[in-house]
Amino acid sequence: MDVKKVDHLAKRIIQVMVGIVAVLLVLIIGYILVTGLPQESIDFLFKPSQAVKAGGGIRDQLWNSIYLLILALLISIPLSLGAGIYLAEYAPDNKLTHFIQTLIEILSSLPSIVVGLFGYLVLVIRFNMGFSILSGALTLTVFNLPLLTSNIENALRSVSDEQREGGLALGLSRWQTIKGILLPRTVPEIITGVVLSSGRIFGEAAALIYTSGQSAPALNYLNWNPLSPESPLNVMRPAETLAVHIWKLNTEGLTIDADIVSAAASAVLILVVLLFNILAHYLGNKLERKLTGGK
Amino acid sequence: MDADIKKRLLSPSKATKQERRGKTVTFITAAFIIVLTFAIIVFIANLGLRTFYKDNVNIWEFLTGTAWNPGEVDSHGHPIAGAAPMIVTSILVTLLSAVIATPFALAIGVYMTEYASKRQRQILRPMIELFTGIPSVVYGFLGLTILVPLMRNTFGGTGFGILPAILVLFFMILPTITSMTVDALKAVPVSFRQAALALGATKWQSIYKIVFRAALPGIFTAIIFGMSRAFGEALAVQMVIGNSILMPENLVSPTSTLTSQLTSQIGNTIMGSVQNDALWSLALILLLMSLFFNVLVRFITKKGKMNGR
Amino acid sequence: MKKRNKLFLGALLALSLFTAACSRNNKSVTAVGSTALQPLVEEVGYHYQTQTGTTINVQGGGSGTGLSQVSEGAVQIGNSDLFADQKDGIDASKLEDHKVAVVGIAVVANQDIGVKNLSASQLRDIFAGKITNWKQVGGKDQKIVLIHRSQGSGTRFTFEAKIMGKTKVAAGQEQDSNGSVQKIVASTPGAISYLAFAYAQKKDLLKLEIDHVKPTGANVTTNRWKIWSYEHMYVNKKHKTKATEAFLRYIESKKVQQTAIKELGYISMQEMKVKQDSKGQVTAK
Repeated sequence: MDVKKVDHLAKRIIQVMVGIVAVLLVLIIGYILVTGLPQESIDFLFKPSQAVKAGGGIRDQLWNSIYLLILALLISIPLSLGAGIYLAEYAPDNKLTHFIQTLIEILSSLPSIVVGLFGYLVLVIRFNMGFSILSGALTLTVFNLPLLTSNIENALRSVSDEQREGGLALGLSRWQTIKGILLPRTVPEIITGVVLSSGRIFGEAAALIYTSGQSAPALNYLNWNPLSPESPLNVMRPAETLAVHIWKLNTEGLTIDADIVSAAASAVLILVVLLFNILAHYLGNKLERKLTGGK
Repeated sequence: MDADIKKRLLSPSKATKQERRGKTVTFITAAFIIVLTFAIIVFIANLGLRTFYKDNVNIWEFLTGTAWNPGEVDSHGHPIAGAAPMIVTSILVTLLSAVIATPFALAIGVYMTEYASKRQRQILRPMIELFTGIPSVVYGFLGLTILVPLMRNTFGGTGFGILPAILVLFFMILPTITSMTVDALKAVPVSFRQAALALGATKWQSIYKIVFRAALPGIFTAIIFGMSRAFGEALAVQMVIGNSILMPENLVSPTSTLTSQLTSQIGNTIMGSVQNDALWSLALILLLMSLFFNVLVRFITKKGKMNGR
Repeated sequence: MKKRNKLFLGALLALSLFTAACSRNNKSVTAVGSTALQPLVEEVGYHYQTQTGTTINVQGGGSGTGLSQVSEGAVQIGNSDLFADQKDGIDASKLEDHKVAVVGIAVVANQDIGVKNLSASQLRDIFAGKITNWKQVGGKDQKIVLIHRSQGSGTRFTFEAKIMGKTKVAAGQEQDSNGSVQKIVASTPGAISYLAFAYAQKKDLLKLEIDHVKPTGANVTTNRWKIWSYEHMYVNKKHKTKATEAFLRYIESKKVQQTAIKELGYISMQEMKVKQDSKGQVTAK
């Protein structure tokens, strides 16, 4: 066949495939939003949940999800950044390094329940952290590290060697080259990694059931003392997240309006993830512009 | 005065100190992750191997047997623990969902990097990433209320089975594969494309022959991560696959994956009992199989690279 | 300056974690285990907390997890759907049993099967795989789809002990939660399963009569409806705390038994006219 025709045909096929996916995505999001949003008024977001009675909200669960996400990212981003830099820039290119890369990648395929049980037996029981946000955040870190590390490592590797040579030729040390040249270049990729993994954190239930727990004790949002059990900032309190709440409603919930609350909570979750994605990309673009001196 | 200058000349510069510190800090973080990885692997292996040395399950029977009821013993006095149906189903579900999702991910990746306008890109990308944040339970629920009845009406039977599981997983792994593919394609230098076009290649030829080849390792990593997620996913799959420990007869017969079995049983068993050990063995198998996939994909990548050169 | 700030923040965080870890207050009770019992303990615990200030921390994880952890003394209460000696690998003599409620288990089916009543032997044959179509028991021409709870679930154990006896169940789908069973039975033509009363109350589920006995709380108290079991809260004899005992007294009190327990679809302990031991023997109380 004529190469021009093939070219044209390929473009068409790609467009059709993208179209199919886009339509499906819109349908799914639409379905969740349409079934969820009209069910509840805005104060759904601002009232505590109910174990049995109808009319519960998701205030504490929503906050717990966000707080847990922030903590997990605070722990896992620096760790994976360091490890990613080491593996891409400093580690010798030998069998051992390849072996380690493989290990890290298979770590990411562990089912969340296994990671959750690891967190439960080690953090909750052995280290006596109890069912707490901290246990949950550390467990999520276990999950997050492989994905983020590989992501950052690959991003650094994809920067062409000329850039490194350029930095070194200017008399910069390797560390200065990494900090001043390589990292700014990879900001968009790192942001992708962060967004993907935070999506996973938001949606994760199985790993958290055994670590941050399934109960959301009522919080007092005026109490800012991180040691008080009713303070939203306390990291040692049990904290049910939104995804765990949805899971609970769908599996063992006796709540009378479980269907409605679960549909509405799913809709809220999607909106929060959307908001977070937009924010992350916005900040990422800003950061990139600042670091690379504008484009 | 002299001593001061000498000291300054001989002591390492600020940049060198930074360099050393940076290298040490990054090394420590890398070491931490490695230690953590080993800890988890040892943890699982330790629990998972007990089935074989403590509870006297034959490894071969474990891998090929089709009856799963570790609480009871067979005529030889060994616990009945045949994991073959779950192993087969897990592999089928993972491979098939990756096979379906990859072309779409590639198409979207190519579209976003090569064809789309900036605006389309800005809409498409967050939309796809949004899909990682939907909890598995919601996917499972959508699968149960929409896909399962659809399967039932189309193919008969109960509608539960591998096919709805693959379709649910398709949506769950698509964002991972797509996002990472986009990054891989973007990393291909523009000069490659320009060179191809300058040689008279059509856009498609430059994509197919040059860009894909150059981005191949990145694309494979993307697929590995997608498969990893499919492999480890439990809650959503569990709701649509039917959870019967039977060899899959066709794509719409109820069956069970390693993860769905693991997740649904682990809370009901007592630590240290045969039933519990057997479940940890499933986790170990899972770990070994993802290791296998990983090595396989790395092998293919290497070959692909060589052919490309 | 910047670095000092970071250091300071880090030290503050470490300090707060340390003190928080040390000061995990004594006036709290953690109950772990059965997901079926969880909503009940949560609801009662919530009221208890507002009255006494003791934090009641309720987590799921399954009966097995609950029993394991309470045996090891890692938590104060282990919630279980089963007697501890019905589980392999648990030393029941170390534990103190508190039966806090009775749960009746209903046989539920999809609405369109065209059958309202089954005899106990028909039910057994259905779950044994001998009867495979609803028309064999006078219903529609519709294949029977068996939905089991997962192996090791308390509901399944009770159902099989009371209905199946020594007969083996046929392979079928297994679901690990009441919620999934609810949804699947409601949406799959010809499906049959069993659910705790509290979960069987949904409009789109058909509750079958067995030998013309209706699955009601009143029938359970006299053992006319035979499929029922206790909900247990186990305490480790060695690690008893005052707060735990006080909470258990509260949940066993007449007031709670008559209100919260009933409202949630469970049957109160005081109304039972019969009792049952871990072998399934039922005797007059």
